[in-house]
Amino acid sequence: MANLQTNFLGIKSPNPFWLASAPPTDREVNVTRAFKAGWGGVVWKTLGEDPHVVNVNGPRYGAIHSNDRRLIGLNNIELITDRPLEVNLREIKAVKKAWPDRAIIVSLMVPCEEEAWKKILPLVEDTGADGIELNFGCPHGMSERGMGAAVGQVPEYVEMVARWCKQNTRMPVIVKLTPNITDVRQPARAAKNGGADAVSLINTINSVMGVDLDIMAPSPHIDGKGTHGGYCGPAVKPIAMSMVSEIARDPDTQGLPISAIGGITTWRDAAEFMALGAGTVQVCTAAMTYGFKIVEEMKLGLSDWMDEKGYTSVDQFVGMAVPNVTDWQYLNLNYVVKAKIDQESCIKCGRCHIVCEDTSHQAIWAEKDGQRHFEVNDAECVGCNLCVSVCPVENCITMEQQTDGVDARTGTPINPEYSNWTTHPNNPMRVAAE
Amino acid sequence: MPSDIRGDRLSPAEVESNFADLHPLLSKHEAVVEADRCYFCHDAPCVTACPTGIDIPLFIRQILTDNPSGSAKTILSENILGGMCARVCPTETLCEQACVREIEHKPVRIGELQRYATDHLMETGTQPFERAPLTGKKAAVVGAGPAGLSCAHRLAMLGHEVTIFEAKEKGGGLNEYGIAAYKAVDEFAQKELDFVLSIGGIELKNGVALGRDVTLDSLVSDFDAVFLGLGLGATNGLGVDGEALDGVADAVDFIEDLRQAPAMEKVAVGSNVVVIGGGMTAIDAAVQSKLLGADEVTLVYRRGADRMNASPYEQSLAKEKGVVLRHWARPEKIDAGPDGKVGSISFARTKDEGGKLVDTGAQFTLEADMVLKAIGQTFVPVPLQGNAAEIALESGRIKAGADRRSSHPKIWAGGDAVAGGEDLTVAAVEDGKQAALSIHNALTGA
Repeated sequence: MANLQTNFLGIKSPNPFWLASAPPTDREVNVTRAFKAGWGGVVWKTLGEDPHVVNVNGPRYGAIHSNDRRLIGLNNIELITDRPLEVNLREIKAVKKAWPDRAIIVSLMVPCEEEAWKKILPLVEDTGADGIELNFGCPHGMSERGMGAAVGQVPEYVEMVARWCKQNTRMPVIVKLTPNITDVRQPARAAKNGGADAVSLINTINSVMGVDLDIMAPSPHIDGKGTHGGYCGPAVKPIAMSMVSEIARDPDTQGLPISAIGGITTWRDAAEFMALGAGTVQVCTAAMTYGFKIVEEMKLGLSDWMDEKGYTSVDQFVGMAVPNVTDWQYLNLNYVVKAKIDQESCIKCGRCHIVCEDTSHQAIWAEKDGQRHFEVNDAECVGCNLCVSVCPVENCITMEQQTDGVDARTGTPINPEYSNWTTHPNNPMRVAAE
Repeated sequence: MPSDIRGDRLSPAEVESNFADLHPLLSKHEAVVEADRCYFCHDAPCVTACPTGIDIPLFIRQILTDNPSGSAKTILSENILGGMCARVCPTETLCEQACVREIEHKPVRIGELQRYATDHLMETGTQPFERAPLTGKKAAVVGAGPAGLSCAHRLAMLGHEVTIFEAKEKGGGLNEYGIAAYKAVDEFAQKELDFVLSIGGIELKNGVALGRDVTLDSLVSDFDAVFLGLGLGATNGLGVDGEALDGVADAVDFIEDLRQAPAMEKVAVGSNVVVIGGGMTAIDAAVQSKLLGADEVTLVYRRGADRMNASPYEQSLAKEKGVVLRHWARPEKIDAGPDGKVGSISFARTKDEGGKLVDTGAQFTLEADMVLKAIGQTFVPVPLQGNAAEIALESGRIKAGADRRSSHPKIWAGGDAVAGGEDLTVAAVEDGKQAALSIHNALTGA
């Protein structure tokens, strides 16, 4: 079994799997159960000022399912902890004492006033917690009160609050970012400028899960009304990965530690986020779908994969994919692929043909010698990958690189040299090729 | 009609096709789609239903996350013969019956998923377990069947040196000699045996029988612990006239001959085969008779279908292969045909009267040139007798506790040799595992 131990901002945990700040981390009983199940750390559900908030007494969650009821996406309108501050602080202290080898980060959200932060930070420090996470992401309810995403959407506020925290505590400061923003690099840079030690992302995405067409209200609804909630779960993973990778490769924030959040359900999801630069990963929806035992598969799978690849510690692959994330303009325009249909495994459903015919490049024939037969016409194929994406048979259609000869579509010889848009003759802004 | 027991009823190609793998390996796509159906239940009922307690939701999830080797490790850590059990377990009365999706009459195909994972790992030829530091302790295991192999592997894993004494020329026990050929194609029992032994620290001595070549006393004095995983030594007789006629045979012998035959089509089978019994052995014998080309195969059981030990799936498999199942009849006599060999078998019809099986008074006779007896086997305690080491028996088998320890402090037992067993491969594997853990505790004080 590979060593899964992580050291994130000096905070050690036996594995990179932390539970995100959310309902699973609201109470001592839950967190204790999580640690017994093997989670490496938790970000305690967001604390706020007393008097504590209240939650609705109607549905807090809505879900998107596959047709076999697999939960694909979840949204929630739950607020920060609805328990007194003192209760949470006491429980955090007790759990940290009982589980010294696990990471306990405390998520915080108080009004945008330095005094409010100055007041709460020493209380948290006193619990022995390993660090704090500033909740600048919550998109519902709290944002209406000028907190959560309302702060995260204004880089100046992010920087200001991060700075207050750094000045008023010795604990490492993680800033949790909202995805409900045009360019996530802006608040990340602000966090760094404010002295934050790390960022975590993504928080949940503004969402309405459905509309009840009988009562004409968003669903789920509370007494006939609905409000947008925060969307999470497997469905948001691609969005989260894009945002993580943008921060990981941004020259202004390069090297800033990242704790990744967003639909992590399996070991592979975790490995992918880590390859994109995440030092730890935070999980919520998977645990809320299956229970804490789900971490077993994540740990075993990550360890088996590391053994297979020869990695002996997680640091060896964290960020390894970042250099390969680039701008469109730097993609190699001389790289030519053509779709190829394996006739042995083709089941002749015809979907590749019809999507290419109707919506793309008319590059897949549907007939040969009067028989139903699907084959790619290289003279039309642009290598777009749509047929691969819609084919129900894995590996039936593959994209094959053409390394020599002439591209049948363009009539131009294959050029083995790298060349991109920046030097392309059609680019009015082109620079001279070196 | 004269007896017509012979081989070559079908061509080699026909026999090969008839005896093809009962459940071919799932493709990756099939496996992932099936794995996706698992709900990852809390305190999963399937795990409770598995005699070896495999963490089924976890191994299925590992298939789903494209980690079949890790999945196999999860399976094998509880059941080192998980590959064979995936093939022979009556899953529809164990894990799959307990599956919460049984309500749709479509439980997750746990057995086939288990095979997908274990076959994947065995294909790689790696032994996923390492031995603990050596303890210097030695254990003797009698019998290289499922119980013995499971015990030996776990003991070796825990750092003990193991010697297995096996009376037959090959290891594997009933996996090698006692189940239908189509359930373990491609020499799977031997491949699995090699896989088990590949952990190291296990010496397999074939052709060494307890009571004949080695005594219990010598094992007790030469080893720190002894595990008895002997099989059942004798078959039950019908106790009817004509039982000694040429053409009457034990189903277990027929099955063994078939498994060991270099060319299955050469194995002799009658034209009209009648199998007596209601268990897996009866089904395996009946189905294979049909697959070898017997014209008519009838399985006769003295009670109703619901009382048969063979699972509903096995019963329907037999019907699908053309075996006629007849219930509520017990054999009365076997008569010779004109050639002095078996010609027919007569039955008394039976019924249940307040839980008691009684004759109705009606009778019928079936033409038969081959009668296969499959009405159970008996443990033969002879190899245990005449030793200073005494072991208590219960209902004719070895008495063992939950830790599989016998009445003798240095002797453990499991599988068919012990009383109260379930007559299942998977239960024997669990016996061997539990015995090994108990032996380990006894030897190391752990």
